[in-house]
Amino acid sequence: MDEDDEMDMKVKKYLRGESANLEILQDRKLKGQLAVREELYGKSAKAAAKIEKWLLPSEGGYLEAEGIEKTWRIKQESIAQEVDILSTRNQYDIVLPDFGPYSLDFTSSGRYMAIAGRKGHLGILDMKNMALIKEFQVRETVRDIAFLHNELFFAAAQKKYPYIYNRDGTELHCLKEHGAVLKLQFLKNHFLLATINKLGQLHYQDVTTGQMVGNYRTGHGRSDVMQVNPFNGVVAVGHSRGTVSMWKPTSAAPVVKMLCHQGPVTALAFHSNGHLLATAGMERKIKVWDLRKFEVLQTLSSHAKTLDFSQKGLLAGATGSFVQIWGDLAGAQSYDRYMGHSMAKGYQIGKVAFRPYEDVLGIGHSKGWSSVLIPGSGEPNFDTWVANPFETPKQRREKEIHSLLDKLPPETIMLDPTKIGAVRPTRKKEKPTNPEREAELEAAVAAAKDIPMKKKTKGRSKPSKRAKKKQEAVEKARRPFLEQAAKEEELSEKKRKRISEENELPKSLQRFTRKKARA
Amino acid sequence: MKVKVISRSTDEFTRERSQDLQRVFRNFDPNLRTQEKATEYVRALNAAKLEKIFARPFIGAMDGHIDTVSCMAKNPNHLKGIFSGSMDGDIRLWDLATRRTVCQFSGHQGAVRGLTASTDGRVLVSCGTDCTVRLWRVPVATVMESEESSHNSSEPLAVYVWKNAFWAVDHQWDGNLFATAGAQVDIWDHDRSQPVNSFEWGKDTVVSARFNPGEPNVLATSASDRSITIYDLRMSSPARRVVMRTKTNSISWNPMEPMNFTAANEDCNCYSYDARKLDEAKCVHQDHVSAVMDIDYSPTGREFVTGSYDRTVRIFQYNGGHSREIYHTKRMQRVFCVKFSCDASYVISGSDDTNLRLWKAKASEQLGVLLPRERKKHEYLEAVKNRYKHLPEVKRIVRHRHLPKPIYKAASLRRIMADAARRKEERRRAHSAPGSRLKEAFRKKRILQEVE
Repeated sequence: MDEDDEMDMKVKKYLRGESANLEILQDRKLKGQLAVREELYGKSAKAAAKIEKWLLPSEGGYLEAEGIEKTWRIKQESIAQEVDILSTRNQYDIVLPDFGPYSLDFTSSGRYMAIAGRKGHLGILDMKNMALIKEFQVRETVRDIAFLHNELFFAAAQKKYPYIYNRDGTELHCLKEHGAVLKLQFLKNHFLLATINKLGQLHYQDVTTGQMVGNYRTGHGRSDVMQVNPFNGVVAVGHSRGTVSMWKPTSAAPVVKMLCHQGPVTALAFHSNGHLLATAGMERKIKVWDLRKFEVLQTLSSHAKTLDFSQKGLLAGATGSFVQIWGDLAGAQSYDRYMGHSMAKGYQIGKVAFRPYEDVLGIGHSKGWSSVLIPGSGEPNFDTWVANPFETPKQRREKEIHSLLDKLPPETIMLDPTKIGAVRPTRKKEKPTNPEREAELEAAVAAAKDIPMKKKTKGRSKPSKRAKKKQEAVEKARRPFLEQAAKEEELSEKKRKRISEENELPKSLQRFTRKKARA
Repeated sequence: MKVKVISRSTDEFTRERSQDLQRVFRNFDPNLRTQEKATEYVRALNAAKLEKIFARPFIGAMDGHIDTVSCMAKNPNHLKGIFSGSMDGDIRLWDLATRRTVCQFSGHQGAVRGLTASTDGRVLVSCGTDCTVRLWRVPVATVMESEESSHNSSEPLAVYVWKNAFWAVDHQWDGNLFATAGAQVDIWDHDRSQPVNSFEWGKDTVVSARFNPGEPNVLATSASDRSITIYDLRMSSPARRVVMRTKTNSISWNPMEPMNFTAANEDCNCYSYDARKLDEAKCVHQDHVSAVMDIDYSPTGREFVTGSYDRTVRIFQYNGGHSREIYHTKRMQRVFCVKFSCDASYVISGSDDTNLRLWKAKASEQLGVLLPRERKKHEYLEAVKNRYKHLPEVKRIVRHRHLPKPIYKAASLRRIMADAARRKEERRRAHSAPGSRLKEAFRKKRILQEVE
């Protein structure tokens, strides 16, 4: 039944992974204890699924086209006519042409927004009341802005150094070690401020103690594309060679380096579940990657100067004065056009950011900033203990203290954060036997031969060329096996040479032959 | 087109008056919470550290006896009181809340060896080395009692003289009979001046006796010939017997699983048995470094407390091979008797230095009335600490206990000796024909034989 399937899917989400295999345990006491625990997990997942079905107060937004109209042709004005007045207040354009392209940032509850104009205009706004809390001029180039853990503090990347300001506009800190910062990101759970500067150096600073946790050279020159993955806290930097490298504060070498595009990477965005990464390159491609397997799930052909994922998985990309929003409506992880918004011709969009817990997209452009309604982009139900848009000052103070008590040490940033507390797998590497290896080779070759070749037009699909391409694919499949075989040959060759060397020497000198150091 | 946008009205999500509570909305979606496991790990680490900060188990000492406290008795109808008897014949009733003597029962000429309260809690039975069994009337606690000074004394209800010195006494959980242990096991009735029945197996003195909480007629005793015997009062002869390698000093039945009992042995271990199957111990509880003198189960049946000749009190889990907690003080000498309080929150130990000491069963517990919020927080911290207690940092903190130097050295010496013996046995097995030397389970190794 459909309802049962729905409940099963929900329960699966709350179970957070597979249940442990208890059959392999031989310790009966441990088995009994773990069986009880697994049962409790099942019960709590079911209870959470039921709560999600029946007890959540709000429902999400949606946009459905009727008849022959398409959702991506629907304009903001027509949406405004159908929606209540309170929501139309979220659609506006603030025009401030003097102060340069604007960059924006939202707090995690979506209530406060910080704006930074390139020519030095900084400000904080309360979005619930549409009130300006504070604005001031720093009379210097400001390249980026980011809130720290709550709306009281924000960091601005100014001409020479980044500065940290209070909500009242008081300058609290001048972070001299970071240098001329291009992009700032704040890691919420770890209270780390990650910055990348003009020389391509990545700095991590703990904002509670002021200690510099890490300071690494990315090695690929200047890059102004940096995003933090909210799922695991790694920082991804996009380079002008088309590579994306991911960093963590405890190692000087990047955790992952992926070649994404054939030109410079222009924008990056992470999905909140941590599995999807969208990268945009200058060769007019936006690729959606699966981070578990590091494979391309989808390629969209469009430019994007800035990308952002919403809480519900919609992807917004902006180039020039046009914003395009893609969504995976069928749930099949394939992104199609959902909505679009084009602004007046002279407006160059610099940054797009979805507002958390609201169906709103904030757009920072060269003549100010705007906000448009995107139904279905925000999470309708917030959790008071995670992020509360209706927070009172007392609640904010308590939350600050609790999040400081739960501050994670920088060592917990890793590619797979679910490994904490798990049993480390045994390191035994079994070498596959020869027939097994040959079988694997055959299977890989067969798979390579089965790949369907694309039929190209304009005389580019000559049979000779197609055959050559197929041959290349087969060679590519065989290459890892051949390399492994060659490596083993080399090792055994070395071993044989060493043994023969040993045998040639007189017996009294055999103890001085070079022995491999013990691991 | 159909369109709907999220719009929240402030009234629904904020409180109406300042007297109301703030509204809380929950969404348990895992996508909203990132790095849950790391956060839980940090909380577990902090919880372990906080537990150690708040671990102050010693509440107070009850001073009054002038000789070693040899035995104690609980009164199940009166949670606040505990009886204690000492080696000079002095019996006192203490009030645990004020830690003062309520009533003194003097009369014994020699050491008081056993104390027990009757089923309804009105009569206290005591026995001693002066070959007498005395019955006392327990004063009913009234409000005025706590205000007056603590030197009431009462006259015994009855004094029964018998042929031999007594070592222990225990009352039926549900009935009118009590059993004394001496040269043989005697069953007495309150009103008779001579034993109603007598059991004997072998010629050695019986050192301790305990009635089963579930079956009122089943009695377990231990004798100086290293045996544990189980008697049934309805039969004329003893039911079962198991002989071990060393003497059992004390026995305690598990009140929640009445077929199991745990025996405190001279070889520093406690052995849990199933009374129906005495050929193998269910569990061996090892951690003491000297003879275990007394043992008592918690009313929950999930843990028990032991007091040992090595000046420490340990709390074990009913199925755990090692202790979960150890209590020691420089002033506390050899511990001869321990009791778990009837509400499972406190442990009372009576020792050689003439004091009774009151300890918390859970060292970092907050006593008194807890707000529901506090209780939930404690439960959460306990649960998150248990989930991550296998990780090295958390384990190091949770496991850490300060041991007095002699105990630490004695324990490491025992470990070295046990390791050496194990290694020797393994080598012997490796060098003999396969199958000629069998591995003997430790649970069986200390048992010599079982006799019907």
